[in-house]
Amino acid sequence: MNENAHLLASDGDGFILDPEDLRAIEHERAHYEQPQAACIEALKIVQRRHGWVPDGAIVAIAETLGIGPAEVEGVATFYSLIFRQPVGRHVILICDSSSCFLVGYDTLREALSSHLGIGFGQTTADDRFTLLPVCCLGACDGGPALMIDDDTYGPVAAEDVAALLEDYP
Amino acid sequence: MTANRYRCRLHQAAHERRLEMHPLTWWLRDDGERVGLDEYVAKDGYAVVRQVLGYQRPDEVIETLKAANIRGRGGGGFSAGVKWGLTLKGEDMPRGYLVCNADEMEPGTFKDRLLLEQAPHLLLEGMILGGYANDSCFGYIFLRGEYVTAARAITRAIEEARAAGWLGRDIAGSGFDFDIALHTGAGRYICGEETALINSLEGQRANPRAKPPFPGQSGAWGKPTVVNNVETLCNVPAVLRFGAEWYQGLSGERSGDGGTKLYGVSGKAHRTGLWELPIGTTAGELLDRAGGMRDGRSLKAWLPGGGSTGFLLPEHLDLALDFDTIGKTGSRLGTGLITLVADDQSMVALVRNLEKFFARESCGWCTPCRDGLPWTVKLLRALERGEGRPGDIELLEELAEDQGPGKTFCAHAPGAAMPLASAIEYFRDEFERGIARPGKDDVVPDGPLSTSEA
Repeated sequence: MNENAHLLASDGDGFILDPEDLRAIEHERAHYEQPQAACIEALKIVQRRHGWVPDGAIVAIAETLGIGPAEVEGVATFYSLIFRQPVGRHVILICDSSSCFLVGYDTLREALSSHLGIGFGQTTADDRFTLLPVCCLGACDGGPALMIDDDTYGPVAAEDVAALLEDYP
Repeated sequence: MTANRYRCRLHQAAHERRLEMHPLTWWLRDDGERVGLDEYVAKDGYAVVRQVLGYQRPDEVIETLKAANIRGRGGGGFSAGVKWGLTLKGEDMPRGYLVCNADEMEPGTFKDRLLLEQAPHLLLEGMILGGYANDSCFGYIFLRGEYVTAARAITRAIEEARAAGWLGRDIAGSGFDFDIALHTGAGRYICGEETALINSLEGQRANPRAKPPFPGQSGAWGKPTVVNNVETLCNVPAVLRFGAEWYQGLSGERSGDGGTKLYGVSGKAHRTGLWELPIGTTAGELLDRAGGMRDGRSLKAWLPGGGSTGFLLPEHLDLALDFDTIGKTGSRLGTGLITLVADDQSMVALVRNLEKFFARESCGWCTPCRDGLPWTVKLLRALERGEGRPGDIELLEELAEDQGPGKTFCAHAPGAAMPLASAIEYFRDEFERGIARPGKDDVVPDGPLSTSEA
């Protein structure tokens, strides 16, 4: 059975794109020959408002761009920074690539994991933080590095973790 | 104390840089802030656009680029001039696209970030010149989503350039129309592969495309498309200003390649960071500039230019860091940012880390990559735990061979094979120590294709 069947059959569960988001998507769409090109940006626009991309948004984006919901879902599930399930108020991306690995990634990951009580792909019970690994952050001269929301930090020592997280209520 | 906000650093102060010696970074400010339009123009920025558009024919521009031999700074090393020359253009062709590959995700690479955050107008100027040479109707900057500071800098620069008439219709009275949009990604290393990047730009999953046709023949929306790295494009204004001979002369006797390179150091060095130096500078000189290894350790191995390049040894430190010299060792120059491994660090663990990265980032399109990489990780994990079986190292060598050039759909798996094969070649004893001794409590591993731990 097609795992997207629930999307294909869905009318979007009544999800309506925010008018401001709709305008932003239309603005993006004007940059490209084909509307589908705005698909990834549309997913990011919805995610900025909701924190993640619910099923209904997949259908709504598909309708707006005139493409199939399975197409949008295929894209949404391919890209690691599009979240198809709820995440915490703040997303922590730890760089797990080679340069950070050489200068203390393991220690930093363990410190974060034990401080938050969660592993990769999990969200704290108070919905405050989600922890994820990320592809080389391009901050290799400042490893071990991580991002919290839009902010990049590095080098981050294990003992800095508690104070750093205080800035993200 | 709170943790440090990360800031990309060039280790050369403004007073140490000259335009004729540091064409990429001469523009930068010591405070690390973005060079805005007024400052860029005050430093004679966009002068080359005025000098070239309408005064030189596109084919003349391409000839200069070919003579300068700017080799692709994304790591491929292919001549930008030749690439431009091969891009279809002419009255019977639809105007195509110029795409800047700013999807910097190669492990150990942080050079384009510097130019994107601090010198966005230099990139725009290079793109306008590239658009003119290739008769492109529009340009895209494909930027990785995590580069938030760069996105702000580029967005602002595009607005400034448009308001000042450097983008839009009839640029500098030349009759040439060209504009640029920022396209930000949503993760996935594979987007840096140029045909996967084009699919991603079109709003699809980032699976690579078959070549031929090459993007220069049929790229974004079937139109001729040029894809160039950030650093490559940032070289273009100075080459057209000072000429191919000047560019070739920058490296002097060091290298057959011309120009400068943004070199960098990461890993267990005392002082990590970036330098703009003549191409052909040695890794030994970079190590000196980095103040040697950290914590009194010594150097065990190094990667010349990212996770998809092969390991080299201390004995290779005197080699020129250019495409041909490093290529002759069996490795690749890649991005030219070296990663240093200290003598107390495990090669098996490091290679496992690298292969796990490549396994996770595989798009899954072709079998050697999709299944071969998780299998590789599984074998490495066993070796790391001392639970390897006799024959595992030979199996890893076979896997590296089967993921090599020509056996996969794109360069992703061949890139993964490089550090694996070279680490086994140079540090075989470390891998052998991971083979379980007979008679001990043997752990029976799962079948080879079980990928649960990858």
